[in-house]
Amino acid sequence: MTSSPAGTPAAPAVASSDKLRADGIGMAFERDGGSISVLEDINLSVRDGEFVCLLGPSGCGKSTILNIMAGFVAPTRGEVRIDGEVVSGPDPRRIFVFQERGVFPWLTVEGNIGFGLFQLAPAERQRRIAHYVALVGLQGFEKAYPRDLSGGMKQRVEVARALAVNPDMLFLDEPFGALDSITRLIMRSELLRIWEAERKTIIFVTHDIDEAVQLADRVIVMSARPARIQRIVSIDIPHPRDISSRHYLGLRDGILEAIGLAHKV
Amino acid sequence: MSVRYNISDERPSEPVSHPRYQRFDAVVRLLRPLSFVALLLIAWHVAVRLQKAPILPGPLAVGSGLIELARRGLLLKYVVASLFRVTWGYLAAAALGIPLGLSVGWYRRAELALNPWIQVLRPISPLAWIPIAILWFGVGDLTAIFLIFVASFLPLTVTAMNAVAIIPEVYVNVGRNFGLRRTALLYNVLYPAVMPQLVIGLRISLGIAWMVVVAAEMIAVNSGLGFMIVDARNAGNRYDLVVAGMVMIGIIGLLLDIGIRSLERVPSISWGYSDD
Amino acid sequence: MTAAALARRWEPVVWPLLTGTVLLMAWAMLVKLSGTDVFPSPLSVLRGLGELVEQGLLWRYLGDSLRRVGIGYGAAVALGVPAGLLFGWYPAVAQVVNPVIQMLRPISPIAWIPVSIVLFGVGDMAAMYLIFLGAFFPIVVSTMNGVRNVPAIYRRAGRNFGLSPAALLTRVVLPAALPQMLVGFRIALGIAWLVVVAAEMIAVDSGLGYLVIDARNAGKRYDLVVAAIVLIGLTGLALDAAIRRTERFKSVRWGFRNAA
Repeated sequence: MTSSPAGTPAAPAVASSDKLRADGIGMAFERDGGSISVLEDINLSVRDGEFVCLLGPSGCGKSTILNIMAGFVAPTRGEVRIDGEVVSGPDPRRIFVFQERGVFPWLTVEGNIGFGLFQLAPAERQRRIAHYVALVGLQGFEKAYPRDLSGGMKQRVEVARALAVNPDMLFLDEPFGALDSITRLIMRSELLRIWEAERKTIIFVTHDIDEAVQLADRVIVMSARPARIQRIVSIDIPHPRDISSRHYLGLRDGILEAIGLAHKV
Repeated sequence: MSVRYNISDERPSEPVSHPRYQRFDAVVRLLRPLSFVALLLIAWHVAVRLQKAPILPGPLAVGSGLIELARRGLLLKYVVASLFRVTWGYLAAAALGIPLGLSVGWYRRAELALNPWIQVLRPISPLAWIPIAILWFGVGDLTAIFLIFVASFLPLTVTAMNAVAIIPEVYVNVGRNFGLRRTALLYNVLYPAVMPQLVIGLRISLGIAWMVVVAAEMIAVNSGLGFMIVDARNAGNRYDLVVAGMVMIGIIGLLLDIGIRSLERVPSISWGYSDD
Repeated sequence: MTAAALARRWEPVVWPLLTGTVLLMAWAMLVKLSGTDVFPSPLSVLRGLGELVEQGLLWRYLGDSLRRVGIGYGAAVALGVPAGLLFGWYPAVAQVVNPVIQMLRPISPIAWIPVSIVLFGVGDMAAMYLIFLGAFFPIVVSTMNGVRNVPAIYRRAGRNFGLSPAALLTRVVLPAALPQMLVGFRIALGIAWLVVVAAEMIAVDSGLGYLVIDARNAGKRYDLVVAAIVLIGLTGLALDAAIRRTERFKSVRWGFRNAA
């Protein structure tokens, strides 16, 4: 389902399998007496179990959209609905994964992963923690503190913590941005492995074109400030994706063109 | 699919000296400051020998003064008295000041309402409260405890306020994201996050409290280390006892400081300190 | 301006005024209810302040206290900064001296009072010596740390451009260490103000600290006692605000996160 380009008043047909819908989202900040428009007329919908990427240059407002969708920030205009309900605040059914700086430094790996599980009985809680420790590959580090972990390992802790509460949706804000490119490649395939095991709806923000094309079912290309949806590209290659195949490269080049970049350096 | 990557390769590596040499290293590291202290003591001794009029006592006289006090039982009695007052005044200040500071730091309205008055009260030396303390409590333990309370209360409040202010917003957002409401949020995110700064503030305030008890005892009570210093001078110019008292004060202050520093090494607090 | 923005602008003024009024009224009420004839009400404190101004004592005592702070603090800066620079520049020196500094720090200036009285008798010098002692350590420590914390990259860049050690110190290390030094200066000034009041209560016969003690001894004038305390608070606040202005200069603003 494509969204309408900026300018056209949106009245998309309501499909019941829409997990998330954003209607006419606008965001403006007051600064020094005037207002700066960061987002303008964002309309998009995401289906259940989809992996969607928001792609755009740094500072273009895509993190702001994510924060609005997760309920941390209220938009100046428009509304976001998840499962038909208007989003008015953060909720454990949709967990936001920050870059590894969101890991609590005063808790061990176990403590962090079990953070959201306070309503479970101790035995069940332990079982879940152990399951997700294994899922992200951190066995043996349960009692370690974040300061003893590398960036990639802290990122895994955050993902495990997010998954442990079994949310419907995950929002990831450039989660691999602080990692080196080799670790990034590894983390991408780990993320896909986990996603295929648990099939959550994922909205992923990145400025890396390759990352978007490698991971997403749909890539939403955004323009710079004020941010608008420029184009939506469907990636219909099944996983695992061959990043040298012509189909992949063609989709990638299409996006490069849309952004206005030549593909020779 | 992907090549299985060995996670242990990701772990940052750290050079560690061989266990056999670690004790040796520790001893050597202590040697330098100790030798400097020894040098100072010798210089002090020589300076005393050279002075025209025998006013300031040398290290030997001070040492024997300490032994004399210990033998007369006064040393223990006065140390206990001073510590007793510090403990009560300091704990009362912590019990009231820290929650107040945390609330003021957390709720914007509270900060707007109370901060200006806190800033006005801060520069007032606790000793300036002495006349009022004597008016309310007379000469005795309670006056000293009250003065220590006054001296520790605002610094602890301000520390708590600042500690809340520097909590990274991301921690609060994570807490809210996982469905934590007000009290759970305060208990599970606020408290652990402010601990490192709070402990530093506790250490500094304890140092201040210890200084104030001595001053308060010089002026407003009849026992304790501060009183001993003033008394030794008034009752016969026993400057060896005066300096002995000062040395005792310094040592206990240092021990209190070391005690609180050990708190800083607990992992759920030490995360807040960068490796020097 | 929108209603919300208007509220935002006036809130920082309204709330403290509100609490201040509440506190003052509570004070006045407690005085009335307890029936004390010694402890002053807010009004009598105000009248006391007026009396001090009339007698010319206010400015005289204030001037005395500030003068002592000026000299003692100035001496602490004049000696402390070079010492701190030395310790920070040569880490070997710091390693030797640091433990001694840590040991001397807890000994409050108050504890030095008997020594200072012996050395200088009762009077200005004793007070200024105590102020110097109180302000010296924070200045040395913060200067030392400021120099030590200058990132090695800055030093290397300086050497790369061919700076001599002296030029390196004045053109690279000092400006880079300045924000941290200013923090120490601010703390030291706060301590100096606390110490001068304490010293004046014990070892001199003029100044605001002396006023606190004298007003009580010479006639149980608690209204003047509290008036003196209020003055001490306001002056200390003014000093702190003055030194915080230095944090705004562009050449040091980069080092402070929340420079308003």
